[in-house]
Amino acid sequence: MEAYDVVIIGGGPAGLAAAVAAKEHGIQKILILERDRELGGILNQCIHNGFGLHTFKEELTGPEYALRYIKKVQELDIEYRLNTMVADISPERVITALNREDGLLEIKAEAVILAMGCRERSRGALNIPGYRPAGIFSAGTAQRLVNMEGYLPGRKVVILGSGDIGLIMARRMTLEGAKVKAVAELMPYSGGLRRNIVQCLEDYGIPLKLSHTVVDIKGRERVEGVTLAKVDERGKPIPGTEEEYACDTLLLSVGLIPENEISGKMGVELNPVTSGPVVNESLETNIPGVFACGNVLHVHDLVDFVSQEAAAAGRFAADFIRNKKSFQENQEREEIRDSHEIRIISDGGVRYTIPSFIRPEYMEESLTIRFRVGRVYRDCYVCVYFDEKLVIRKKRLYAAPGEMEELILKKAQLMEYPALKQITIKIQEA
Amino acid sequence: MEERHLICIGCPVGCALTVKTEQGAVISVEGNTCKRGREYGEKEVTAPARTVTTTVTVTGGKIPAVSVRTRTDIPKEKIFDCIRALKGIQIPAPVHTGDIILADAAGTGVDVVATKTVELR
Repeated sequence: MEAYDVVIIGGGPAGLAAAVAAKEHGIQKILILERDRELGGILNQCIHNGFGLHTFKEELTGPEYALRYIKKVQELDIEYRLNTMVADISPERVITALNREDGLLEIKAEAVILAMGCRERSRGALNIPGYRPAGIFSAGTAQRLVNMEGYLPGRKVVILGSGDIGLIMARRMTLEGAKVKAVAELMPYSGGLRRNIVQCLEDYGIPLKLSHTVVDIKGRERVEGVTLAKVDERGKPIPGTEEEYACDTLLLSVGLIPENEISGKMGVELNPVTSGPVVNESLETNIPGVFACGNVLHVHDLVDFVSQEAAAAGRFAADFIRNKKSFQENQEREEIRDSHEIRIISDGGVRYTIPSFIRPEYMEESLTIRFRVGRVYRDCYVCVYFDEKLVIRKKRLYAAPGEMEELILKKAQLMEYPALKQITIKIQEA
Repeated sequence: MEERHLICIGCPVGCALTVKTEQGAVISVEGNTCKRGREYGEKEVTAPARTVTTTVTVTGGKIPAVSVRTRTDIPKEKIFDCIRALKGIQIPAPVHTGDIILADAAGTGVDVVATKTVELR
């Protein structure tokens, strides 16, 4: 059996940044396993600009951003295998994978970093009535077809869902000569970044129909049209508000789901809110030595934050290997958890936090807590309570479910509260 | 005096800007949280510009198309001229990130460059 210190599952932005960080923190034997034909993951099909403002202080396209990391991986001599599908990971961290050159592979890893990303919710998850004609694509599939495979999936388009991929594809299809008739969004607000509503819809005069959904798809062989209707506050279509749109294509941009089939099977505890692993301050799951980062952990809006999070996972995996002696004993580890674990509670408008708990003694100088709110807030405060005591109160002019929030906790701050049991994060309206 | 409300597209924060103008000249930009926002606000009401990204056909390469961008932003009204100018172009592989695909796209003075490397098949 082959053996590596760190094996990273997935060669997208998270996997690349994790690998680079682990190597820079002194780990020698690192392997990235990637199922696609090239490194870079979803960035390869995200040809639009807007990536890297935080990381590189310039505005890059997806492939350019990926290239920065791919170059680092190559300069650091980090091993990777393409066209390689991971089928299974055992709790003892033995990875079973397949590819055409090696056939069936078994690899023993001292630490595993889960970086498989996410996949799109599909029509099946939506209960849209109508036939099953050709011409219905998830927005990401259409994006790959247009940007990487050189096909245009249709000429008259309606998009359901205003997530960022849907907005980006509205512009992309327009530039390719298609007519995008409308973007319908079930919620009363968009799930995408505001900048994308401006530069992808408003720039091209594409209507955004909030509180609308698709109630019928017409056409047997090929989509011939869709019916949109307004919905009430509970998301139910309101009779009499139906509008017909003649089109040959329906794109769905209705949410992303972390890809955790392998994680779940190996016994990683998953959070029902994020569909991603429950992790501690080290981005480590309940299985010692198994870390998670990027969209497999929780769906991000910005690749810059994926890279930051993944770099942290890479550093913590490196620490884990160095400190293996003290970590490896399950017994001992449980004691550490029991005695020093601080729960982070999401309350009052906060849907979830990453991480879910903190062991202060394992913290770096500062820890970024990432979270999402449940609805749109204007002029609100993000409040952090150490047990009952309010310690942070930060004003936010605008907070929305489509835009991930973050706050920084300092290790020194936590150390002042040795008996701290839980940290509560909540939104207060002004 | 005129007042326009904009969402800054300079970065994903998406600041809500208020830009005040007097006879076409910018008097003030408010609501921005960085320098980039001020620049965007001023430019958006006087000479709006966008970076254009699309793909161009590649012949003989490992993949059939290469992603491209305008090196900087170009006037907004030139977007479709730029796209049309790129429509007929076929580039033989190999193409490297940063290669100029079309110089001075649609008379903007801005080059269109490849954002990806496509190796020979």
